[in-house]
Amino acid sequence: MKNEERHLKAVDRLTELAGDVYDQLVDRKIPKMSIPLRTKSNIRFDRRSGVWKYGRATGVRSAKKLTGAQMLLRTMYMLEFMEEMIRTNKSSTLREMYYISEGWDKAKFSAQDESNMLAEDLEIITNCMREDFKLRPEEDGARIMGNVTVMETDRKGKKKKINCRDDVGDSGYGIPYNVEKEKIGFVDCDADFLIAIETGGMFDRLVENRFDEDSHAVIVHLKGQPARSTRRFIKRISEEMKLPVCTFVDGDPWSFRIHASLAYGAIKTAHISEYLATPTAEYVGITASDILNYDLPTDKLNERDIQALNAEKTDPRFSDQFWKHEIDLMLQIGKKAEQQALAKYGLDFVTKTYLPEKLTELGIMR
Amino acid sequence: MASIAHELAKKQKEISISEFFEKNKHILGFDSLTRALITAVKESVDNSLDACEDAGVLPEIFVQVDRVDNNEYRIVVEDNGPGIVKKQVPNVFGRLLYGSRFHVRAQRRGQQGIGVSAVVMYAQITTGKPAKIRSRISDEDVAYECELVLDTKKNRPQMVKEDFVIWEKEHGTRLEVNLKGKYVGGKQSIYEYLKGVAIVNPHARITFIQPDGGNVVFERSTEAMPPPTREVRPHPEGVELGELLNMTKYTEAKKMTSFLNTEFSRISLRVAREILDAAEISHNQRPSRLNLDQAGDIIDAVKKVKIMAPETDCLSPIGEGLIRKSLKNVLGETRASFYAPPVTREPKVFGGNPFIVEIGIVYGGQLSKENPVQIYRFANRVPLMYQQGACATTQGIENVDWRRYGLEQRGGKGIPFGPAIILVHVASTKIPFTSESKEAVANVPEIREEIELALKACARRLKTHLNKAEQKSKARVKFEIVQEIIPMIAQKSAKIVGKPVPDIAGTITKIMNVVWVEDEVTHIKKKHHVSVRLYNYTPKNQKLQLHMVLPYEKVDDGSLTLKPSEVRNGTKVTWNMKKVAPTEVFELAFDMKGLDGGEYEENEVFVSGIDPASVIGADVLPGDWDLEHITITEEKSVPEEAADEGEIDYDEGAEVIEDEE
Repeated sequence: MKNEERHLKAVDRLTELAGDVYDQLVDRKIPKMSIPLRTKSNIRFDRRSGVWKYGRATGVRSAKKLTGAQMLLRTMYMLEFMEEMIRTNKSSTLREMYYISEGWDKAKFSAQDESNMLAEDLEIITNCMREDFKLRPEEDGARIMGNVTVMETDRKGKKKKINCRDDVGDSGYGIPYNVEKEKIGFVDCDADFLIAIETGGMFDRLVENRFDEDSHAVIVHLKGQPARSTRRFIKRISEEMKLPVCTFVDGDPWSFRIHASLAYGAIKTAHISEYLATPTAEYVGITASDILNYDLPTDKLNERDIQALNAEKTDPRFSDQFWKHEIDLMLQIGKKAEQQALAKYGLDFVTKTYLPEKLTELGIMR
Repeated sequence: MASIAHELAKKQKEISISEFFEKNKHILGFDSLTRALITAVKESVDNSLDACEDAGVLPEIFVQVDRVDNNEYRIVVEDNGPGIVKKQVPNVFGRLLYGSRFHVRAQRRGQQGIGVSAVVMYAQITTGKPAKIRSRISDEDVAYECELVLDTKKNRPQMVKEDFVIWEKEHGTRLEVNLKGKYVGGKQSIYEYLKGVAIVNPHARITFIQPDGGNVVFERSTEAMPPPTREVRPHPEGVELGELLNMTKYTEAKKMTSFLNTEFSRISLRVAREILDAAEISHNQRPSRLNLDQAGDIIDAVKKVKIMAPETDCLSPIGEGLIRKSLKNVLGETRASFYAPPVTREPKVFGGNPFIVEIGIVYGGQLSKENPVQIYRFANRVPLMYQQGACATTQGIENVDWRRYGLEQRGGKGIPFGPAIILVHVASTKIPFTSESKEAVANVPEIREEIELALKACARRLKTHLNKAEQKSKARVKFEIVQEIIPMIAQKSAKIVGKPVPDIAGTITKIMNVVWVEDEVTHIKKKHHVSVRLYNYTPKNQKLQLHMVLPYEKVDDGSLTLKPSEVRNGTKVTWNMKKVAPTEVFELAFDMKGLDGGEYEENEVFVSGIDPASVIGADVLPGDWDLEHITITEEKSVPEEAADEGEIDYDEGAEVIEDEE
């Protein structure tokens, strides 16, 4: 679908939504809106796509309650604002929209999380993407290093061919917020696999140790929880360049969730899991078993960590044997470890020993 | 053996009372340096207040504490009382157990005649310095001033120096002592003590100069002296055997009938004869001949004969109105949101002594929500600072299930938690203290029961207020939805779809489906303006009656927006409202003149002629039109809005989603 068409479809959908509220008022009803519940109990595994999507459970946002009424009013303001942007061919960042709501009187958001969430609600209800509403995220600066050549269309419309190893500095190629076909194309890729790294320190370690060259790898820095564009980029490269993907993150419950949102789909954005998640991605580490096997320096789990682990035990995405075992083991030993704890055995240990061992075990490296 | 007994006999001698107290100063409240300082101020201030009240003078008390050196402090307490005649000064300040009140049955702060002389004694023991006293009575031109110490062996004053001096005060007494102590702030401090004094003595003005030089003035909140209390004879109920026998020795009565009639209150000659008949004692027997068995028979007989309750004009309760005024005056800085109408119970008796319990509760504002409530304990208008746990007032508080009244309490026992101050005042001709230092009221069953009843009565008033406040805040939320948000939604959605703004009356009545009563009272320029607005947010026309409790004679007739249909007892006012259509508002408003700001602070609005479930903001008229606070339905829970057929509220999902970008 062309850009123009997508925006027009978005306008139609948004107007429909407003019309629905309008009709309820005319019918002397209390306006309400049904939205799929964005909770871990309402995600279902989709066999066809191999990712987790929302199930059938819906919640109701009703004007009967103050929060509901406020959210409905905000929805109306947001619809008007989006339609206006589409009409005047402008776009705004999520943060800008949050600030614009300053002028929305009772509909003003009290935190950016609220406006982000509502934008996602609208994606879910209208079946559109926030880009269709002319909303974009902040720059996130995730970066990539490896022998991949991309064709990027720059802001002047010029196509640039960039090799993500030879044409960039040591900080790698920055992934733009828009990674769709009209912006990014893949030209060539000479690598055996892609490894997604949680922390900048580890990314730089792998770059300095030339892991990309020596092991024929594409290295991506996730920068904590990966932004949509990073996840989308990884999914595309994995599918289009037939590149196996693995994640290498800290050994704690939050890092398990980073892997989950990259590989299985995030709970909050399960409506677009199919579009963002890479179901073939493998988890390299750090695992609780690694902590024991490699005798890594650790920190004690704090109360929040333990809560998070227990929550993961009822998260359907973590219900396979591997995760069950690792989560229980971590709770049992009561410890967590950072990626960089591997430096205990020297700076080269991670690239010379740990990764080769683990990746061979997973069948990614031979 | 006999020789040992003789030997011991040589060592056995009378211990002077003052020697005894010197060795046991903790009994008098001088057990720690901190407490010694507070006790010294307390005893002196108690004396000053009693003196002023005896003379019918509005007390003007001046307290100064200076640090002389390390842990030596100088305390000055000065009053504007009647003064003490020269001859009595040494006895009052330099002799223990010398007092005028020990044998008197009337409500007084000091009773045993120990207090202020103990201060003098403690001062001289710890610093070796004499006490300096100055006093002037109004018919003398000059003041008498002396320095004295107490001979602890003989329990007699010893003059060090005396003189006459010019004093600008017309009458009054000033005590200056140097003593070892420690000055602290906090809950048990001189400041808190004086604050307490100010609360229960709203007629007193107290100035306090602190060691750091800062000064605090507690202004009086009333110019009216507490009514003078009368001395009374003991009430026969609860008189003990020994006491009765003692009285028979000192009486001037020649016959048992006149003995009972003159030495006790509430015994007429007829009742006296009835008692004697029941005890099978001759009417004409000489009282001094009464033996132990007979005395026992009289005590048993008293229980069988109907005797009037004791007189109560010997008591001086603070009174409901003044407690509230005074709490507001002294606790202004806490900005409390509610001063529950205080409760002063009817007098009751224990052991022949009448007593009264009074309770006040202050709630909200800047009072801490997480901490236990603050307890202000008072006995005969004296703040009790120590031994809170041992006090019957505390035990009474711990025994009430405060969860029913809107405060937190673990397991329904113990001191409750919440933003509240609870004041308990016990007034009696004889307060049963647990010890000589007079810090805790003993757990006498009659007193405990009264304390609990009074607490519950006052707590119900608090609960009534909290219920109302909760209803109001819920109503306010709905009001915001229908008055502000829905109209905006209507406008915006209409604009987006390009159609005219829809009529939202139907939606509004569906959301609210109640009649909402909002009342307000403001006091400006000596006028109370009362407004009661009735919003009909139901889909039907509403016609109902509105009732209020107010002093109707103060209502300015001309200001009434609707004439009442009935006024009963001058306070119970009823209006028949005209028909109010859906989404329409009717306002009843009027002014009242000639009331003090504090005399009318909260409206009491009731409705009738409508289903109670469909009214928010007003209580349903109690069946008997009896509008005492106490009868207002206390268990009434705020109606919860029913959740829609199992719909899940999207915005109140319990799960927090944390794993995202």
